[in-house]
Amino acid sequence: MTMARPLFYAALLIFIVVAPFIFPDFRTQLATLWLMIIVALTWDMTGGQMGYNSLGNIFFYGTGMYVCAVVGIGIAHPVAEYTNASGGGIYKFTNTQYFLGAFLGILAAGIFCALCALIIGYFTFSLRGPYFAIGTLGVAIAAGELVSNWDFVGGGQGIALPVYPNDLDQGKLFFYFLFAITGVVLFVFLNWMYKTRFGAAINAIRDDEEKAEAMGIHTLRYKLTTWAISAFFVGVVGGISAYQLIHFEPLETAYQTINLGIFMVVCVLLGGKGTLWGPVIGAIMFHVFKEVTWNYFLGWQWVALGALIVVTVVYFQDGLMGWLKHTKPEWFGIRVESTSDEGAK
Amino acid sequence: MDTIIEVTDVSKSYGGVIANKDISMQVKKGSITGLIGPNGSGKTTMFNSIVGYHPINSGSIKFEGKEISKLQVPQIARLGLLRTFQQTRIYGDMNGVENMLVSQPHRKMSLRDAFTKNKNEDYERADHLLEFVGLYEKRFLQSGSLSFGQQKLLEFAMALMNEPTCLLLDEPTAGINPTLINGLIDRLQRANSEFGITLFIIEHNMRVIMNMADHIYCLAHGEMLAEGNPSDIQNDQRVVDAYLGAH
Repeated sequence: MTMARPLFYAALLIFIVVAPFIFPDFRTQLATLWLMIIVALTWDMTGGQMGYNSLGNIFFYGTGMYVCAVVGIGIAHPVAEYTNASGGGIYKFTNTQYFLGAFLGILAAGIFCALCALIIGYFTFSLRGPYFAIGTLGVAIAAGELVSNWDFVGGGQGIALPVYPNDLDQGKLFFYFLFAITGVVLFVFLNWMYKTRFGAAINAIRDDEEKAEAMGIHTLRYKLTTWAISAFFVGVVGGISAYQLIHFEPLETAYQTINLGIFMVVCVLLGGKGTLWGPVIGAIMFHVFKEVTWNYFLGWQWVALGALIVVTVVYFQDGLMGWLKHTKPEWFGIRVESTSDEGAK
Repeated sequence: MDTIIEVTDVSKSYGGVIANKDISMQVKKGSITGLIGPNGSGKTTMFNSIVGYHPINSGSIKFEGKEISKLQVPQIARLGLLRTFQQTRIYGDMNGVENMLVSQPHRKMSLRDAFTKNKNEDYERADHLLEFVGLYEKRFLQSGSLSFGQQKLLEFAMALMNEPTCLLLDEPTAGINPTLINGLIDRLQRANSEFGITLFIIEHNMRVIMNMADHIYCLAHGEMLAEGNPSDIQNDQRVVDAYLGAH
């Protein structure tokens, strides 16, 4: 048993590395799957582990895209002129400019989004329950509208980034591994974080925030920290997506509240809120479901997706892991009081 | 003895209802002080005012000489002034040990400390205190599945884990089986004498509070009705009338 776990993780890691070589036609699909896993895991940090259901995490995805693009372009060319030309092809990027720009842009995207989370969180974390969800959704929608009217970043047309400079198949591998590395780092980090006192404290906030306050837990500080870490990773994958997609525009791609913004929540609900593996499994289930319906039931894909969301929310709220916890609590080390009543009322 | 909590002329109203009117009281350091009064007399409102749960209309509340009436709940808790709830509150999805570990005092904990795992001595202290309240055997059970009385004991142990200097207990014996009450009284007294924690207790069970308290305040209709040692209170005609509804 003690050996089984490291072996499992080692096998998984090998699979992650070789998967894009075994399935070369699915490289972009697998990269998108990683994106889903990462946004699901980060959504679960606040939604599942801390009890704050944000519908505005897509804000960090979109903002990450824009910050990354502005920095990535900015190190080589004047941004305003570049976006004004709408990617007309008169701007060349050397290999160094491309990779350095991508690296710095992705990093800046993460840091900027973490700072945004601290500022937005300072105002929105006084909202509870559905009010927090609506409040954060409002931030994401407003940001999308604002950016689509901001000419410096290309307005409604969005931004076209340089194309991957070498072989395009190599480019697919490059983006796959950028996503995969981010995902593995995030998973390992969360696996550790949920076992620390910090992890226990945010669970306490979820279970009974008033009690947590009465016990002296720094509730606001912990909530801001959690969301900032979550936003960092969403910003990073936003930045990677920006380079992977080459062209993006504000409302349908960057601040896509009704697509990715909702998908990440559905992934977590499917897999099970508040568990480490739930969001990962949920993202895989969701992505497979989505791709199958898009391929074989074209025209009905949104109906199928809507039905999946309704069924999940109504009948399967705890998700796969939550259902397992109820039916097999002993697998999770949960023990409950036997029915015999001893002593107290 | 020094005064640890000093309440001076505190008033609190909810809309038109005056829940506390010009209340003054002192809790001596190291004492067990009682707060009694009929239902709706403003006892829990007083507790909520002290721990910063709501703003007060006027007056001053000092803890160890520091004005706390403008502070937030977690800030006051981190000063070492803690409360338990009338409707027992524990983290129901966690087991007993997890409930204890998350209750460690956060006043000494920086953000960096928070990003560490619990140490062996933390587990030992949790086990020790769970044994102290008699829940050691049940420490790995999901705490939401414990009986009400056991949850109450767990909440008390969690409060002790937090190392408070002063503990406000809102009806610690309510809903507990009479046979367990004696054990609870004993533990409260030991928390006071062995751990040196000042106790300020709201209690309806007269036998309990008269046995334990050094000093008792009695509220009625939001006003201070009487104060004194237990025998004074027991012999005070106004207190008897208030409980019988003559007031």
